[in-house]
Amino acid sequence: MSNPVFERIQADITENPVFLYMKGTALFPQCGFSARVVQILTHLGVPFKTANVLEDADLRDGIKAFSNWPTVPQLYIKGEFIGGCDIVTEMFQSGELATALHEKGIAHEASA
Amino acid sequence: MAMSASEIEALIKAAVPDASVTIEDLAGDGDHWAATVVSESFRGLSRVKQHQIVYAALRGRVGGELHALALQTSAPEPGTPA
Repeated sequence: MSNPVFERIQADITENPVFLYMKGTALFPQCGFSARVVQILTHLGVPFKTANVLEDADLRDGIKAFSNWPTVPQLYIKGEFIGGCDIVTEMFQSGELATALHEKGIAHEASA
Repeated sequence: MAMSASEIEALIKAAVPDASVTIEDLAGDGDHWAATVVSESFRGLSRVKQHQIVYAALRGRVGGELHALALQTSAPEPGTPA
């Protein structure tokens, strides 16, 4: 891995159990899809860190290549790519997201 | 430049020939789409892989020319024709 952006992404998702690449910040999302994922994680009471791709063009392109995924937001749990807004919403509604967090040993408040 | 529902469907079907594709214009503006893609070839694949197949079929248009595409993918339910 010689791409410095990839190295940074790898470090972020390794060091943080729940990491969200998004447009804007958790407090001020700048896109409805990013806002929805923040809302779901907040509802589940999961601690998470975020990176704002709008502030960093290298990261914005880099994360798409890294995940082979054309859109943002992108959610990583314990270094594993979980999906974008559609998948996270579907998994939240079915209860799979709460189960996945539980299985990965990440404390959270309520299940769906 | 927006894409039409039939263009989106044709690209998906070119890559996933057995797919049953339903496309909905969410906002009525030809720019915000929802697609449901059901294919036997998705069976056993993770959702991420299923979506990656559809994104690949749309050849780089998602996130660009195709501004918003809400995607739902699945394998057919057992006993239900696709």
